[in-house]
Amino acid sequence: MQALTNRAKAVDRRPMTFMEKLYIPAIAKGMTITFKHIFHRKATVSFPEKKRDFSPVFRGLHILNRDEEGRERCTACGLCAVACPAEAITMEAAERKPGEENLYREEKYAARYEINMLRCIFCGFCEEACPKDAIYMSETFAPANYQRKGFIYGKDDLLIPDPKEGK
Amino acid sequence: MLLSSFAGKNYIKMAEEKKLFKVKIDNISVEVEPGTTILNAARQIGGEIVPPAMCYYSKLQGSGGKCRTCLVKVSKGSDADPRPMPKLVASCRTTVMDGMEVSNITSPEVLEARKGVVEFLLLNHPLDCPVCDQAGECHLQDLSYEHGADSTRYEFKRRTFDKVDLGDKIKLHMTRCILCYRCVYTADQLTEKREHGILGRGDASEISTYISQSLDNDFIGNVIDVCPVGALTDQTFRFKNRVWFLKPVDAHRDCENPKCCGKTVLWMRGNEVFRVTARKDKYGEVEAFICDTCRFDKKDVKDWIIEGPRKIERHSVISQGHYVNTVKPKDALVEVLDGRQPKLLFNIHSESQVNRPDIDLSKIHGPAHSDDFKK
Repeated sequence: MQALTNRAKAVDRRPMTFMEKLYIPAIAKGMTITFKHIFHRKATVSFPEKKRDFSPVFRGLHILNRDEEGRERCTACGLCAVACPAEAITMEAAERKPGEENLYREEKYAARYEINMLRCIFCGFCEEACPKDAIYMSETFAPANYQRKGFIYGKDDLLIPDPKEGK
Repeated sequence: MLLSSFAGKNYIKMAEEKKLFKVKIDNISVEVEPGTTILNAARQIGGEIVPPAMCYYSKLQGSGGKCRTCLVKVSKGSDADPRPMPKLVASCRTTVMDGMEVSNITSPEVLEARKGVVEFLLLNHPLDCPVCDQAGECHLQDLSYEHGADSTRYEFKRRTFDKVDLGDKIKLHMTRCILCYRCVYTADQLTEKREHGILGRGDASEISTYISQSLDNDFIGNVIDVCPVGALTDQTFRFKNRVWFLKPVDAHRDCENPKCCGKTVLWMRGNEVFRVTARKDKYGEVEAFICDTCRFDKKDVKDWIIEGPRKIERHSVISQGHYVNTVKPKDALVEVLDGRQPKLLFNIHSESQVNRPDIDLSKIHGPAHSDDFKK
């Protein structure tokens, strides 16, 4: 058969020599490699106690940001939803009523905002598209869940807590 | 002086014979009727060389000459008087002469001037595209994307106005207005009684109904379609959805109003009609005006005879997600399962709060508020 590359090597089928039949040098060679790895740096970390540092560009769970006065920044412009390649983001907009100025930054806001984490591929396009600095991807994983319905993230899951309420 | 009078006589003679004028726009020749404007001559050629227009509207008499985006350079006045015109001219207001040579996109001077005009138009225009309902079909957005600079050099306070309700169906955001006068001409020419106009001069000018008189006419809703920016928007569609998430379909109905053609575009999502507009051509001008009953009151699919999806230009954001010529593959699962339906593990509507089947946003009059969502 024609070889695909010229790197193929025929298997050596000659009978073993006396030194090879002893097996001891081969075992010793193998054990040196094994013991050498004891002194190498471990490839794993003991996860819950120790956490690995994320890269500064890590794209994790989404958050909806507030401005310095604690008002929601999102205006439901739909640019994140249109940029989303997985079509994971949906929203419904509402008009701010008089008296709600302390809750929402603009006259229009997202009354409903949902990210379907089953669809999300964490590409970060939503963060890139946002003209209002409202959606950010944090440095945490989306937590696991036993049921699919736990992956539909609404506004109460995504919005960061109001800084004024904590005081 | 002598030359110009000669050219004038020549013009009269040719007009009598109904001879066509030969014009060259960006080195493309076209023969047009005497009295045609340069802009319309360019539109007869079509393509990239058509100057953009923010205020000119072919369906409205007397429109044009306000925005200066259609400026072109006339490098040769006519065969009789070959001198170039000293300044750039507004192509929507300048009529062609025989043998005229015009350069639009081939002239760096025109492109530079247009960039300046766009900067001027954007001086007082707020950057509230994320909030504005016109975003995605806004001519000023397209114009500044194609011809404008990346950022503004303006450092001063922009002029602002309060929002005004013109009747209960039309919202006026004077802050976004570029004073193209299109809506004034529409109200003047389509309705019996002119009720709104422009008050003030220069920087202080403002579209107004004068003593807040509400606009109430059968055809006044057309000012929404005619507005090139988001200054006049549909109150019944306000904040309901972004235009690029809606599916435009051509539809018609037998309208009782004799002046209304009844041919519209429905902006739908599922079976909900979110918005009704007139059909717009490639220059963003309506093909025929529609009445207010069609526009505001017929928000039910049953009122309409749907013709088919509206063709949207591929480069428009509205065409996103509109897949054409797709073939849906046959679902073999039911066949394999001997006719049993696959067990649905998760229905998105059982958990999702968005697009709930029991709430029709399109049925709410005006924008939704926080209490609409608390139900």
